[in-house]
Amino acid sequence: MENITLGQGGILALLGYATVFAGLILLMLLTIILGKFFMATAKKTAAPAPAKQEEAPAPAAEAPKAPGSAGQLKLYNVEPKTAAMVMAIVADKMGKPINELRFLSIKEVAE
Amino acid sequence: MNIGEILLNLWEKSGFAAMTWQNGVMLLIGCVLLYLAIVKKFEPLLLCGIAFGCILTNLPMANMYHQELWTAFMNKEIGYGEIMKSGGLLDFFYIGVKTSIYPCLIFMGVGAMTDFGPLLSNPKSLLLGAAAQMGVFAAFVGAIALGFTGAQAASIGIIGGADGPTAIFLTSKLAPELLGAIAVAAYSYMALIPLIQPPFMKLLTTKEQRKIKMEQTRKVSKAEKIVFPVAVTLFVALLLPDTAPLIGCLMLGNLAKETGVTDRLSDTMQNALMNIVTILLSVSVGATMVGSNFLTPETLKIVVLGVVAFILSTCGGLLVGVLMCKLTKGKINPLIGSAGVSAVPMAARVANKEGQKANPSNFLLMHAMGPNVAGVIGSAIAAGFLLSIFGA
Repeated sequence: MENITLGQGGILALLGYATVFAGLILLMLLTIILGKFFMATAKKTAAPAPAKQEEAPAPAAEAPKAPGSAGQLKLYNVEPKTAAMVMAIVADKMGKPINELRFLSIKEVAE
Repeated sequence: MNIGEILLNLWEKSGFAAMTWQNGVMLLIGCVLLYLAIVKKFEPLLLCGIAFGCILTNLPMANMYHQELWTAFMNKEIGYGEIMKSGGLLDFFYIGVKTSIYPCLIFMGVGAMTDFGPLLSNPKSLLLGAAAQMGVFAAFVGAIALGFTGAQAASIGIIGGADGPTAIFLTSKLAPELLGAIAVAAYSYMALIPLIQPPFMKLLTTKEQRKIKMEQTRKVSKAEKIVFPVAVTLFVALLLPDTAPLIGCLMLGNLAKETGVTDRLSDTMQNALMNIVTILLSVSVGATMVGSNFLTPETLKIVVLGVVAFILSTCGGLLVGVLMCKLTKGKINPLIGSAGVSAVPMAARVANKEGQKANPSNFLLMHAMGPNVAGVIGSAIAAGFLLSIFGA
């Protein structure tokens, strides 16, 4: 298919755009199904945990302390790498050197 | 021994004597591209190599790249054996482009650097990635109207996908004679995204829409991130087998990143491999900028069609963004639609910046990354479609 007319080109363009949409819509559906499956699996595995806690409530474990923060910063569901990034962004946005700021805790806010 | 004769002989064998006006203009263009890469920082990692490749290939008598060999190769008169026997250094480099090895390896590195988390947490982003391919097909029609063949028009249209490796992959297969012009246009416009997109973002959205703060997306599990690249490869490669090299490499790179057991491979893909291939790819693309091929009215048409493709792709993403904003009653900021053109992560950064201009407490970056990586998949699908129609 070398030389094509403008009309043929227009039809091919519409067909191509529709193919991209169809492909990505199907991929979207696949992603939604995958997401629902994994969320349901996560709920199932998380569900028995509170029952065990009722039987023998364990003392609340102290949140791990981030390295390089003189042992003061507490992290809740946050990786040290992410925490370091957050601290660097905050320092950059405030225009202050990071060693002049004191971070007490970083907690991930769940949806 | 006549000294005059020796000097004359030396002059006749030098590149200065063999210089044509096309060589001179191309050397100047190479220097301008170097200036844009070094001083203006237009995609310097690639443009630097492209510019230097352009200079090397236009040095008379240097014989580093042989356009005539590749023309004969395209006409099926010779094979790789003859090119390896008679070719120069840049001919060897170019074999990696011609066989699509470099674009695919670049895609592997891109995959290893990409986090599909934002896309997985908000799958509707895929619609924006699809919408932002509008420029690809509009420029394709425009190129046919301007007299290009179907295969050439397809290669020009893919500039609108704002994805360098995909543009090189498709053009090297469909219209290698246009590779230099298309690669330069694609990478230059990608660098100019912060200038090209904002006026259209303001034109197609209201200030109230740009102010919209989007809700935090859900957390994506590791297992989901591992299954995703495998699922996408199977699905997309079965749908459009011609996209398998690009999508396969993209997703292999991403899988290496997400598994957590192949960190060394992921690190190599992201750094050493990516850097080596970038050097080879950029120099060999620059090598195709031979004066006789590049200094034609077609190049000018490609430059114009390329910017039109970029603008229309941006508008396509924004328009569907506005539609989704209205359908969700203001839960989606339409600015993230503009990130549906690939150009990772530049387009997402521009969406974030424009959102912050309207509302300084607005952080759209992660939300815009969804359409941004969806655009990569979308442009690969568009390329696969065009390849299936015009490929040999």
